[in-house]
Amino acid sequence: MEEIAMEDTHSHGHQIDPKVEYSAAKFGMWLFLGTEILLFGGLFAAYAIFRAKYAELFHEQHKELDVTLGAINTVVLIFSSLTMAMGVSAIQRGKRNLLSILLVITILCGIAFGVNKYFEYGAKFEHHLTPGTSIFFALYFMMTGLHMLHVFAGITILTVLLVLNLKGKFSANYNTPIEVGGLYWHLVDLIWIYLFPLLYLIS
Amino acid sequence: MANHTIAETLYVPYLDEKGILSWLLSTDHKRIGIMYLISISTSFLIAGISSLLMRLELIAPGKTIVDAHQYNVLFTFHGTVMVFFFIVPGLAASLGNFLIPLMIGARDVAFPKLNLGSYWLYLLGATILLISLLKPADTGWTFYTPYSIKTGTDVILLTTGIFILGMSSILTGLNFIVTIHKLRAPGMTWHRLNLFVWASYATAILQLLATPVVGITLLLLIMERVFGIGFFDPAKGGDPILFQNFFWFYSHPAVYIMILPAFGVISEIIPVFSRKPIFGYKAMAYSLLAIALISFLVWAHHMFVSGMSEVAATIFSFLTMLVAIPTAIKVFNWTATLYKGSIQLHSAMLYALSLIFLFTIGGLTGVFLGSLAVDVHLHDTYFVVAHMHYVMIGGTVMGFFGALHFWYPKMFGKMFNEKVAKVAWALIFIGFNVTFFPQFILGTLGMPRRYADYPPEFHSLHELSTIGSLILGIGVFIMTVNLLRGLTNGEKAPENPYNSVSLEWQVPSPPPHENFEKIPVVTDYPYVYGKKNTQEG
Amino acid sequence: MNWLPEQASDFAGRVDTVIWFVTIISLISFILITIGLVYFAIKYRRRSENDETPYITGNLFLEMLWTVIPSILVMVIFVYGFVVYRDMRTPPQDALEVNVTGKQWLWQFQYQNGKSTINELYVQQDKPVKVVMRSDDVIHSFFVPAFRVKQDLIGGMYTYLWFTPTKVGIFDLYCAEYCGTGHSAMLGKVIVMSPEAYDRWEKGEEEEEGKAVAGLPPDQLGEKLYKERGCNACHSIDGSTLVGPTWKGLFGHEVSLTDGSTVTADENYIRQSILEPQAKMVKGFGPVMPAFKGILSDDDVAAIIAYIKTLK
Repeated sequence: MEEIAMEDTHSHGHQIDPKVEYSAAKFGMWLFLGTEILLFGGLFAAYAIFRAKYAELFHEQHKELDVTLGAINTVVLIFSSLTMAMGVSAIQRGKRNLLSILLVITILCGIAFGVNKYFEYGAKFEHHLTPGTSIFFALYFMMTGLHMLHVFAGITILTVLLVLNLKGKFSANYNTPIEVGGLYWHLVDLIWIYLFPLLYLIS
Repeated sequence: MANHTIAETLYVPYLDEKGILSWLLSTDHKRIGIMYLISISTSFLIAGISSLLMRLELIAPGKTIVDAHQYNVLFTFHGTVMVFFFIVPGLAASLGNFLIPLMIGARDVAFPKLNLGSYWLYLLGATILLISLLKPADTGWTFYTPYSIKTGTDVILLTTGIFILGMSSILTGLNFIVTIHKLRAPGMTWHRLNLFVWASYATAILQLLATPVVGITLLLLIMERVFGIGFFDPAKGGDPILFQNFFWFYSHPAVYIMILPAFGVISEIIPVFSRKPIFGYKAMAYSLLAIALISFLVWAHHMFVSGMSEVAATIFSFLTMLVAIPTAIKVFNWTATLYKGSIQLHSAMLYALSLIFLFTIGGLTGVFLGSLAVDVHLHDTYFVVAHMHYVMIGGTVMGFFGALHFWYPKMFGKMFNEKVAKVAWALIFIGFNVTFFPQFILGTLGMPRRYADYPPEFHSLHELSTIGSLILGIGVFIMTVNLLRGLTNGEKAPENPYNSVSLEWQVPSPPPHENFEKIPVVTDYPYVYGKKNTQEG
Repeated sequence: MNWLPEQASDFAGRVDTVIWFVTIISLISFILITIGLVYFAIKYRRRSENDETPYITGNLFLEMLWTVIPSILVMVIFVYGFVVYRDMRTPPQDALEVNVTGKQWLWQFQYQNGKSTINELYVQQDKPVKVVMRSDDVIHSFFVPAFRVKQDLIGGMYTYLWFTPTKVGIFDLYCAEYCGTGHSAMLGKVIVMSPEAYDRWEKGEEEEEGKAVAGLPPDQLGEKLYKERGCNACHSIDGSTLVGPTWKGLFGHEVSLTDGSTVTADENYIRQSILEPQAKMVKGFGPVMPAFKGILSDDDVAAIIAYIKTLK
């Protein structure tokens, strides 16, 4: 069974051993990501059921989606995941300024994704394609909309981390929040990588 | 760890700091536990009053005090508040918060701030529920589509409130899992954990795996009402049964979220008042996990007559029967723990024994409902209502009351009046059975549930049930007053009034803010009672 | 006291045998556990603070025993329940089909002979009936306790159940799935007739029911129809507002309509509102009432109007 070294937990406050804190934070974030996947899992299940039921409708209506915009967004998000990963590795080597730059790039990518999505939604509404149009568009708006909320949440988290980093909170020794925040951003990216083919590339 | 000496520290009980903000901003797991305790108890009492109103309406056929719509609102309120505001967060959040760190030898949970955040989310959810009462929903706590799409009442606010509670529940579960994995004291191996901690662990797994699914389901329901997305609306090509599948995929495991902590509670109470080790510790621990896992495979037994295929119904009936097995093991093991013990019928013990008795009825009647041919007749009748209350009150609430009486001295550092507690227990036990046993017979006779009115042939059983509910209500009232009086008038509690060997009793009552002066080193599991050399089989 | 309803279908007896089987197994288990609890609690009660207790942590044999025995028992129960259920879900080829539509809050039955009834299902003794069901709105559930049958009615799909009534008589039909304000008023009757009586009913000859009510004065007949045809699910007679407007004090009074106009509730207005409810909608109410054209006869409508006149 798992044994955790706790010999250092002698103090009277609530300071936990940094090693334990680090592994707890990472473990907690992984669990949280699991619940996020389950949250989307409900939508993926609905997608599978309705796609089996209305295969033709899905095929017809997916043509209304703009593959180019979707592809651009995919590239933007994958790139932002890369910059995020580079940021984590930067702070682990103690390069605080490099982390700030990389965080700014990641955040800008997130914003670019949002702006892109804004125009995409706008075009849909102009063509009177709304969540009430059909089951396909209901799924499209629900899945991308929920994902969009996660992008916003991710941007907020990264912004907070950026501010903290500018205040000099993180270093080679202490960077758990950056690593954990990075995990969250990768999840946001990962979900999109599933959404893109499911919605835009139905064959 | 011996090389570190601590300067003389003053013992400051965690309750000492006064002022509302010192509570609302506290990240102390014990204070958060007590805040949950206050919130869920309030929810329990309010929802209990609504059930008394329902029973009053049903005392005679025809309109008695409320009309059909008001009755529907009442049972919706009763169900949603009891399920989502009392029993799902209930024991896990209040007792779990208070006890888990004490039992595993930690100073707090892994993420104390997140823990406080979860409580705020609970409060936010409760506030939204209160606002929704301006135009209270009448869908029942299950929100079945398409009725929940079509009704003119405020379903959106209510489900939003529940969605937020779900987030609170997920974060609490996450916190507990990480705490149990990472913060156990030296020597506290998995097989030395209290069964309450095992139960909380199994519960937390369920909270993490099931709650997101109900979250997305309620979100889809809200979108359905706002944008008309049509997932669950047959008129738009959607599937109303999909809602039921999603809903029960969460809500059946949720039943175990509600009951498992109570199993944990009485696994603590019985050894202490029998002065015997728990019988079959490992079987008890693993059966908790088994119940948790099987609970994900049985959701569709709520839908045998919902137009699902016969094949699916058969599979789910089979899987449902499987849940009975680990549950039976638990009941037998608790009973066997009493064998050759030194049994003290403390009020907490009376509640624990009542749980075994009543839950056995609840569990066995569950076998009726799992059997396909029988379920067709009994589904959606009062039999289900009675079964559900035997499990939820007979199981969870008895466990909750038992826990309140058991850990009261530790939580508040005071003693309550034991004689009054026993009188209240007797009234609750009798009142409960008089209320709900007749409902089994109403059910087998064919009385459907959620009826504001009923044909005259069901009158006498309904009347009996209403009388029982009044006795039950009086019992709960006396118990509440007794426990509240203990806070101001009770004697000071000793550190370990029952001579328990479990870790939480080895700290002062009430515990200091930091729990342990020194993190303890654990050498055995917490049920070492009796003379070891007399081991027999 | 009886704890199971009358057995009035051919598999009611078989279902009850399963219920009895499960009940007896449950009772034995329950009594054993209760005896154990009470006996131990008394025999081993604490006599002094220094009672010596043995250190027993478990017993593999016993634990295996009470794992294996319940496993076998629940499997037997499962198989038995499944076997009977399978037969309940397999209608015979020669079953007579009746179409059922559930709507808030009444039952509509359509027979193969073209007849249609509300809230009363006419079937023949010893003749299997297959009920093909759908819902017009929310989910309902067709439940006849005396037949031990139940099945949900769902919009967008057909569901079915079947039974063979074995006893002549009138049996309660309930809606068992919560469907809104009128849920507990969504009641019906299954009228099981002898083959001869069914024949007469099918050929449209005077219903026995009809004979009995022919002698009633119109307002009393109207009151009977009010209860039997489901009017009472939506229209109160005491002034309270349900899903539809109350009938109390309705006759002869001004009614505001959704289009802003007003009409006087006279005979013609009420007649039209029964036969074509959506023609003139009362302000504040939704278009939910089914049309009773072809279901209620002119005499029935006249009787209902006479009844409304009495509700001052």
